[in-house]
Amino acid sequence: MEFKIAKKAKVFTMSLIVIGVLFTAIGIALNMGDTNFKQRIIANGLIDSYFFFSIGLGALFFLALQYATETGWYAAVKRVIEAVAGFIPYGIGMMVLVMLALTITDGAHIYTWMDPETVAHDELIQGKAAYLNKGFFWIRTVVYLATYYIFWVGFRKRSLKEDIEGGTEIHFKNYRKGAHFLVFFAVFSSTSSWDWIMSIDVHWFSTLFGWYTFAGMWVSTMVVLVTLTLYLKKLGYLPKVNDSHIHDLGKWTFATSFLWSYLWFSQFMLIWYANIGEEVTYYIMRIENFKILYFSMFFINFAFPMLLLMSREAKRHSGILTMVGVIILIGHWLDAYIMVVGGSMGATAEIGFLEIGMALAFAGLFIRIILVNLTKAPLSPVNHPFLDESVHHEI
Amino acid sequence: MADKVIYAMYDDDDVLKDGAKKLVSKGVKVADVFSPFPIHGIDPIIGVEQTRLGIFAFIYGLIGLTLATVGMRYFMIVDWPMNIGGKPSFSYMDNMLSFIPISFEFTVLCAAHGMAITYLIANRTLPGMKAKNPDPRTTDDRFVMELRTSDNHQFSVTELEDMLKGTGIVELEQKDIV
Repeated sequence: MEFKIAKKAKVFTMSLIVIGVLFTAIGIALNMGDTNFKQRIIANGLIDSYFFFSIGLGALFFLALQYATETGWYAAVKRVIEAVAGFIPYGIGMMVLVMLALTITDGAHIYTWMDPETVAHDELIQGKAAYLNKGFFWIRTVVYLATYYIFWVGFRKRSLKEDIEGGTEIHFKNYRKGAHFLVFFAVFSSTSSWDWIMSIDVHWFSTLFGWYTFAGMWVSTMVVLVTLTLYLKKLGYLPKVNDSHIHDLGKWTFATSFLWSYLWFSQFMLIWYANIGEEVTYYIMRIENFKILYFSMFFINFAFPMLLLMSREAKRHSGILTMVGVIILIGHWLDAYIMVVGGSMGATAEIGFLEIGMALAFAGLFIRIILVNLTKAPLSPVNHPFLDESVHHEI
Repeated sequence: MADKVIYAMYDDDDVLKDGAKKLVSKGVKVADVFSPFPIHGIDPIIGVEQTRLGIFAFIYGLIGLTLATVGMRYFMIVDWPMNIGGKPSFSYMDNMLSFIPISFEFTVLCAAHGMAITYLIANRTLPGMKAKNPDPRTTDDRFVMELRTSDNHQFSVTELEDMLKGTGIVELEQKDIV
């Protein structure tokens, strides 16, 4: 079945973008003269492009996971996953732009290790200079993004080819490629989060950080997938998707939000317990400047999904799922926000027109791109070997 | 009147499922089905009630959480105040974080064990209990459907047996229950 973007959706995404751009313009006009204006606008670019790029990346990871495990149930929602993963090329473009802006401005007081003046006075950064320098940073960034892009293009190409050719050859090739991707992703998801996010708090380090951002990425992706599936289902597309598929996606949302909370807590508790000066600075900075925001962010990302999605009925209820989804998405945007500004802007950070405007504009663009991606292929794969299993999925 | 129980044996779970569908559509009440493995989709056909095990799990979990909190507070704060990780504030709330892992573990422990034991009691399958299934072959490769005459007053025993015979059974047995 071919998907056509409904007029309502067009108006909705357009107005999101317009309102976002308008808010951003107001924000720029208001804060133009501030000394930290450059830092603020680039930080926002990093937050939003990282947040939305990671949702697309999470979808690619989820797709590879299904390939590598030869899962059956997901076949009916495969194109939905692909549509979200299809944001990757655009996300890569945004990431590259932001990284360029950061490099040109010598880190814009966000990546302080990019600033030669700061490095000259900072022995700790000098010790890390072999890893954290502009050249090597770009090599790594390009390798990550190129790997993701190449795998994405391959998955998409074979998925569309399977629709025409059928057979199991493509399936087994996907199986191998999915496993390959997971190997790369296991390393890159950690190291890229160190490079892109953890290096903002350049003196600090946590071995759990990669998993923590990865869990946040995964739960945001699951939320987007379940909301998008419900939306399409409501419009009458996806006739092959039944309650059990929704239930499974709901369970993924529930489980991954727990994974995230678990990792957040593990990181927090270990550092709190050990109470070592060089480690606790990370939390002291966040508790001093973002106390309410930081803990309420943890609370809404943990308690809402836990209490609201615990029962079986709730995981099949589109209203509850959508509500939890929106709450979690806002919660994880806040998580990304505090991760970036907590270590760079500190006390001078505030959520104003600029932050909300840029987030809205990115969100509108993100949704629009996903919807456009959906129109590019039939909404249900035709020759997926597990399609029949997926149609009869019942739990 | 003595309650008669009819056991109809099948050698295929799909045949049993179709048979149950046919009987239920005629208004027969199926009391139970015995099977070596869970038969997918049989619950809504014979009208098995929604399990309340989840509610029990929640209650057991709460009991575990309470026990853990009360216990740890008594051991570590009241009875023998402990210096926790160099944080000698001797307050449960201030050192909450260090108690969370144990609270969590104990909640899971109580919920899991309580649920498992409740399940075994509800099914009467605790070790040493007398087996409830009518035929030992239902633990191997046979499937038994149980009808009770007390549930099906509108049909006579022979009517029920005739209906069962039309559903592909392999054996039929009758028992009186006093």
